[in-house]
Amino acid sequence: MSHWVILPVVLPAILAPFIVLAARYHIGIQRVLSVTGVVALIAITSGLAWQAADGTVTLYQLGDWAAPFGIVVVADRLSTMMVLLTAVLSLFVLLYAIGSGWDERGRHFHALYQFQLMGIMGAFLTGDLFNLFVFFEVLLIASYGLMIHAGGNARLRAGVQYVLFNLLGSTLFLFALGAIYAETGTLNMADLAQRVTLIDADATVGIRIASVLLILVFAIKAAVVPLHFWLPSSYAEAPAPVAALFAIMTKVGAYAIIRVYTLVFPPDLTVTEGLHGLWLLPAALISLAIGMVGVLAAKKLDRLVAFAVIGSMGMVMVAIALFSQLGIAAALYYILHSTLAAAALFLITDLVRASRGHLELTTTPPVAGAALTAGLFFVAAIAMTGLPPLSGFVGKLLILDAAFTTPLAVWTWAIILSASLVSVVGFARAGSTVFWKAQSVEPDPEAEPHPAPSALSYAAVGGLVAMLILLTVFAGQVHRYTTTMAEQLFAPDDYISTVLDTPGKLSKPTTEDH
Amino acid sequence: MELLVASAIGILTAAGLYLVLRLRTFPVIMGVSLLTYAVNVFLFSSGRLKVGAPPILSDATNYTDPLPQALVLTAIVISFGMTAVVVMIALGSYLGANDDAVNDPKTDMEEPEDLI
Repeated sequence: MSHWVILPVVLPAILAPFIVLAARYHIGIQRVLSVTGVVALIAITSGLAWQAADGTVTLYQLGDWAAPFGIVVVADRLSTMMVLLTAVLSLFVLLYAIGSGWDERGRHFHALYQFQLMGIMGAFLTGDLFNLFVFFEVLLIASYGLMIHAGGNARLRAGVQYVLFNLLGSTLFLFALGAIYAETGTLNMADLAQRVTLIDADATVGIRIASVLLILVFAIKAAVVPLHFWLPSSYAEAPAPVAALFAIMTKVGAYAIIRVYTLVFPPDLTVTEGLHGLWLLPAALISLAIGMVGVLAAKKLDRLVAFAVIGSMGMVMVAIALFSQLGIAAALYYILHSTLAAAALFLITDLVRASRGHLELTTTPPVAGAALTAGLFFVAAIAMTGLPPLSGFVGKLLILDAAFTTPLAVWTWAIILSASLVSVVGFARAGSTVFWKAQSVEPDPEAEPHPAPSALSYAAVGGLVAMLILLTVFAGQVHRYTTTMAEQLFAPDDYISTVLDTPGKLSKPTTEDH
Repeated sequence: MELLVASAIGILTAAGLYLVLRLRTFPVIMGVSLLTYAVNVFLFSSGRLKVGAPPILSDATNYTDPLPQALVLTAIVISFGMTAVVVMIALGSYLGANDDAVNDPKTDMEEPEDLI
């Protein structure tokens, strides 16, 4: 049995306490350890993605206990792509945190960062619903610490809201898990997939309630309207590198919906038929609309980006709510794009803050490094709003194409296209107010000039933008891969048999009888 | 016993939800604690209510499901840790701003004072 699959969880879990214990007072050593850890994570997760690329489902049984009773970690195409995305994103965000000095403004940034990565990686890799809950809690408790990193009243207040909202979400998650366990007697996802099909058609009340509760929990994580209220304040007030890392956290919710509602409660399952399709698509369309209107209404650049995240999550959820192979393939492509674009925009927002001192959408005199920041903002905004030629445009086309044959196609097309227009106006207004009009204002000779952001900060943001460009150039290959991923998701027999039929230590036939 | 457990879960949940909607940190944290108690009892009952049965397969006719107890234990530990974290953050927020309201202040849009 290969132990590689568990490494993305174990490596940060060991590194984080090591950073706290061994390098507590040495920011330089912390940085070296943290960056080394993340680079190693990229190597490991690339290996896993390579291994899963041909459709192999790799199973790891913790303590060698067989599946329905033991805890399993499963690496298929979808989860390996998500862990690779997390690792790549975390490298650039970490470089930015180091380049901008954010990691020095409070204690234990790097340790919390590693714990956060551990939670995210675990949530993507686990094959067990209760373990998903535990990893959600790991990533949340690390995110609470990161969210209030460097302190400040506004940030602490936003932190209280964020923590309380997520505590309620966790409670709801436990209620859902209890209901599922009461109905089926298992929490292993592959085992559940088999057991829910055996439920009697007359006794589906419990399992239907459980499946709705579960989608509510994941919708909270994915910030689907009307469960998005935690997101704008917390993402806007969080330190910029943390907000950029949080760009993957909303995707954890989207991933969980894809995983659970293709494997455990697939759309053709009679027990829960029509439950999520009926509600999820309208909610997703409303999130898309509200997010983009929020972009137009925002008075500060950080709120603007936070609403753009809600809008892009709406777009992802529209594609997921179609629950077709085309839709899921488009959603997965868009997840890659929107994670990178949102992270780049949060970091660019911080570049603006570093050189201007505030984020109000008002015109101020030109500042150091404005030309480069404006250029990066221009590229990232084009990507985020989905204008050609960047990946947002490709992703949106794929989603429109997937929605073309569905009953709500007119509504979907109308809302996606008009929301895009609104977001283009919102970003264009923000960009021209902050960057372009700056030339028309006389600089105040009394004012203390802010120093330009460091080269490493620019390199990190440039790296994210370069990833977006790569995602555009190789759109064909990436989309072909996400299509095979969707095929694997809609034919879960291989996943289920790998998880359930692999023998563990007590199920192995022994030669001698005890 | 079913009635007792079910009504206990219901009352704890109702009281918790009421307190969560109070918009002051102390009642909200109390409410979240009540909700976690409710969910712990709920998890217990998900393995069916049975009295006087061992949680091991000693004889196959009379046993109780041991898994919910493990789940409850995990849930208790996690909710305990989370409550401690939220108390600390809420205390920091209260001492910093001299205000324990959970919702955003009305002047939220016009206070660029502590941007870091």
